[in-house]
Formats: sequence, C-alpha cells, structure tokens
Amino acid sequence: MCADKNNPEKIAFGKERWQKEYDRASKREGDVTTISGMEIDPLVTPLELKGLDYSKDLGFPGSYPYTRGIHSSMYRGRFWTMRQFAGFGTPEDTNKRFKYLLGQGQTGLSTAFDMPTLMGYDSDHERSRGEVGKEGVSVSSLADMEALFEGIDLEKITTSMTVNCTAAIIFAMYIVMAEKRGVSRDKLRGTLQNDMLKEFIAQREWISPPRPSVKIVVDVMEFCANEVPGWHPVSISGYHIREAGSTAVQELAFTLADGICYVEEGIKRGLDLDSFAPRLSFFFNVHNDFLEEVAKFRAARRMWARIMRERFGASDPKSCLLKTHAQTAGASLTAQQPINNVARVTIQALAAVLGGTQSLHTNSMDETLALPTEEAVTVALRTQQIIAEESGVANSIDPLGGSYLIESLTDRIEKEAVNYIDKIDSMGGIINAIQDSYPQKEIADSAYKYQRELDKGVKTIVGVNKYCSQDETISIPTLKIDEKVEHGQSEKLRRLKDKRDSGAVAKRLQDIVVAAREEENLMPCIIQAVREYATLGEISDVFREVYGVYSDPGYF
Amino acid sequence: MNDSRKLRILLGKVGLDGHDRGIIIVARALRDAGFEVIYTGLHNTPETVVEMAIQEDVDALGISVLSGAHNHIFPEILRLLKEHGIDDKTVFGGGIIPKEDIESLKEKGVQAVFEPGASTDDITLWIRENVTPRALS
Repeated sequence: MCADKNNPEKIAFGKERWQKEYDRASKREGDVTTISGMEIDPLVTPLELKGLDYSKDLGFPGSYPYTRGIHSSMYRGRFWTMRQFAGFGTPEDTNKRFKYLLGQGQTGLSTAFDMPTLMGYDSDHERSRGEVGKEGVSVSSLADMEALFEGIDLEKITTSMTVNCTAAIIFAMYIVMAEKRGVSRDKLRGTLQNDMLKEFIAQREWISPPRPSVKIVVDVMEFCANEVPGWHPVSISGYHIREAGSTAVQELAFTLADGICYVEEGIKRGLDLDSFAPRLSFFFNVHNDFLEEVAKFRAARRMWARIMRERFGASDPKSCLLKTHAQTAGASLTAQQPINNVARVTIQALAAVLGGTQSLHTNSMDETLALPTEEAVTVALRTQQIIAEESGVANSIDPLGGSYLIESLTDRIEKEAVNYIDKIDSMGGIINAIQDSYPQKEIADSAYKYQRELDKGVKTIVGVNKYCSQDETISIPTLKIDEKVEHGQSEKLRRLKDKRDSGAVAKRLQDIVVAAREEENLMPCIIQAVREYATLGEISDVFREVYGVYSDPGYF
Repeated sequence: MNDSRKLRILLGKVGLDGHDRGIIIVARALRDAGFEVIYTGLHNTPETVVEMAIQEDVDALGISVLSGAHNHIFPEILRLLKEHGIDDKTVFGGGIIPKEDIESLKEKGVQAVFEPGASTDDITLWIRENVTPRALS
C-alpha cells in the first residue's frame, strides 16, 4: 500500500498528462532563467530526483555531508550572527558607529577599511589623496587601531576585519592593541578576510604578485594555528567574485578552488590538516534569485565536505564544515527608487537564512549612493531581526530541504561547479589559472552577457530598465565624509612619527626584510614592528621591496 | 574617409579604487560598437592617464570612479590636460557620484557622468553624438 503511494509509473503517467496541458496553456512573455542564466524547469517532480540518496546526499544537520546545515540545532540553537559591516572616516567616527550598532542588538563587529589602508598606503601618502576615510575607516598605525576599539570589550565580541594584502599588518595591530589592554591572544575571537586569491580574481586590492601574496596568507594561517586558536585566519570569499559579475556557479567554483589552494599550501608548509582546516571560513554573496541562492549555499556545504574528506582525507569532522558569512548583493542595489532596495535586501537575506548561513550582513538601501547613514543601517539590521523573530523561518532546520526544485538545483549547481574545479585542476591549480586570467575572463564574460540582457530588456531591474519613474530625484539622505578627515589623519600620523623611537622602528622594519628574504613566517616580526608604531605603509613598503609590485594586466 | 575613421577612446581607472566591473563592460561594449578602446587597467594616477591619452592620441577619456575620490581625480585630470594644451579632448565619467557633485564636475569641464543603471547603449550613443574626432594630422 505504502509503496504504491509514490509509484514512479503513476507519477510518470500524471506528469505526462500535466505536460500536455502545460504545453497547450498560454504562457507569459519574458525570461524564465535564473539571474545567472540557468534554465529552470517549470515543474520538478520526484522523477527528476530518482538518483538522490537521502543519507548520502543530504543526511542530517551537523552530519556529513552537511547539506542541511553544519550544526545539529542550527537556528533552534541560536540565530545567525547579525554582523553589519561598518567603517568610515576616522577611527573615532567608526568607534561611535560600532557602539551604536552594538547598542541596537548587533552581535558581532565587522570593520571596513578605507582604500589606502587596504592597499598599503598611509593616510599621508600622495596616493591616498582624496581617499582617506572614504570607503571605510583610515588605519595607518597602532594608535589608530587603539582608537578604533576604544571602550569595546574585546573578550565579549567577535571582530571581523575585511582586509587582504595588508591583513597581516592589521591583525598584528589588533593583537598588540588587545595585549596592551590585557587581553591575551587565546581570548581573541574573530575573522580576517585575508583571501588574496580572490583579490586577483575579482576585488583587485594587492601589493605583490600572487605567489608571495599567498605565502603571507599562509603565514597568518600558521601563526593562528599556533598562537590565536579562536581566530579565523582566512575568509575564503566568493562575495567579490559575484559582485564582479560572475554567475552563482562561478562564484561557488572559484571560491572553493581558492579554498583548495589554501589547504594545499598549508599542507606544503608542514601544517597538520586538522590543525588549520577547522579555522577556515567562507564568505558568500546572496543575490536576488532566491531559489538559486538557497541551493548554492546547500551545494557549497556538500561540496566542501566532500573535497575535504575525499580529496584531502580530513579525519576531523570540523575540517569538513563550510562555515560561512553572507552579505546581500551590493551590485543588485539601485540608485533609482532606492527605497525598493529594502525589498531586495529582504529577499536576499531570507535566502541566506534559508541557505543556512552562520552570519549575515544586510546592505543598507542607500549603499549604491554612498556609505550608509545610521538610519539606513538600522533598517537593514531590523530586516534581519524581523526575519529571525517574526517570520518563523528559523523554527525548523533547512525548511526548503526536500523541495523537488531545491534539491535538483542543489545537484546541478554542484555538478557545474565541479566541472569548473576539474578544469582549474587541469590548468595546474588556481594560481596558474589566475596568471592565465582564466577566472577573470569567465567573470567578465558573464558580467557583459548580463549587462547586454539588461540593455535589451531580457532581464529586468525594477526602476532601472522597467517601471522607471520620470524625473526622479533622490529622496533619501546620504552620508558625507568630511574632507577634513584626510588632513586630520595625516596630521595625527605626523605627530606620531615625531614621537616614536625612529631607531627602533628602522630596526624592526629591517627585521621584516630579513625574515621575508629568508622565507620565515613574517607575523612575529610584523608584531614587533607595529608595537614600535611602525606604520602600515612602511611595512607594506617592505613587501614592495622584497616581493615586488603586481600591476593589473588591464585586459577586457 | 573621415566617416570611416574610428574614434579612439581611452578608458581609465584612477586612484586606488578596484571596482572594474563597470569599466570592463563599457570597454567591451564600445569595442563592439566599433570604437578603438584603450583601457589603462587599475590604479593609475592622473599623470599616467593623461600621458597615455597623449601617446595614444585619443579623442576622449572616460574615467570610472567608485571610491568617492571623484572630486579629486576629475579636476586633476582636467588641469593636466589643460597644462599639456590638449583640453579639446572630451572627458566623461561614470561611477558612484552624488548628483550635486555631478553638477560641479560638469561646471569644471566633465562633459557627461553616467550613473549606476546607465545602459551601454546610452553611453555609445552619447559618444557618437558628442565626441568630435581629433584633427587628422
């Protein structure tokens, strides 16, 4: 009796009948592929999932292959961490915003640095003109780091820092700042982005070429494994790959290929796999195409678990967990009718939650115009709180698991991403692929294809190429960064340079040169240098001198 | 002959800003529209961009800025063009630039600023209508 209920022949018969009626029915005009261009079946039935093996492919939350979530209790245990990315102006300005966000119920901090800090220039450098404090907070020395976290209990919060080619320097400043306040390294909790591979693929902030850049990443991994066990030394990031215009599959594939490279490099360094792999974390974008995104997160967990177990032979289950942060898609926001962005962010945030993310940043409605105002950030944070505490979606674990469409999409995304990873393997790994501009070109092709579809009206963005308002004027306030920030930060740096022991600074910088030439781990020397108030720009100059400078090939 | 001569457009990224999705799309679209496109790549200074514009003998410079540094970058490029006596070249731009800044950049000599959401067709059309080919030597 029971078996008869799901009789495949009966379902096939029903489907055939439905198909005839469907084919006869009139259909609306317009595109029916995902935002990434993936074909979507109008109906998926158990017939298309015949190959699915529940125990092998889905399993249970907290168990291999973690498709349904990395923790057994997921959001019944606790909600995801609500972590709004913040940073602008001076360290004092950002410190105020941090305290405001913590006061509004935010549970973790996430620091945005300005472009000079991200590219290894001090606030008084010629190349920093016009950029100090604009896209994030300006940090040139330990003194700035001290001001940034003044009055914030470092043992109670987790701190994420979005910084890459200067990550080792910023991390050293954070460690010394904490130490001076009596907080030891083992008590520090947080995440460094520190993912240089995706910089060459997409975000494009770099100092030196790929190989020495990855060497410094591995230095931080090694240092954390030995000294800062509660820290996530790398956040392997697909976010920027997607923002640069990739498809969901490309985002997933290139990110995991980067992850594979860091694991290989860690092993080559002589690290025990299970000593560092559990501390690797991920960061994905979450875009408008709701179902595709949910499936992407589920596929990501399953793929990483399989890669770690089957490719690397990880024995600690923790090494197989794809822990991830998610951020709603900045590129999806529109300057036109900006309040509509609240709706987009809500859909995206919901997809991240139903995809099982560990932490989430929701973009503010005004972020395509400027850095967010306090009011706009509050709406973005409230969006998460509404999803968590009003919508009910956090009551059951992986509530979309078992949906015929979601499971078939999860499979397809995994298969297509595996094909990309195979191709990258055949090129000798992601560093070689980057040097051949392979992922960069794939992304640029996807970005161009999507833009042409928008231009032709095949794809829709409400308020931009459809449902436009005539004579629209921007109706929401935006944040302005005072031009005085640049002057003030440069002045502060000048006074610092006058005060510090310049002989000690020069000696500590020379120690980094020697360590770099002898291919030692740079972290201990960088920590000693920032303690003497050597600046971010001075240490970056050492990287430039020893490792050389990378420049953009500029293809299009 | 004049009609068949291709317009030469230099597209540039200046400053530390790494957002190049937009400019790469525009570069491809202008190439597909039949222009000759020279793309500088990332992280240039106003000086290097102006030098390239001279060397490549371009008709127009399109500069993309998404970092908030537009009020520094555009005036500096305009000043350098003037200094070299080539301020007849059309300068246009795009990126995340607030409306009030667009007005003041236009007063200073930036001919057009394309905002987020602009279509590549709009940009192509604008160039066809507004960029005067350089004098044939």
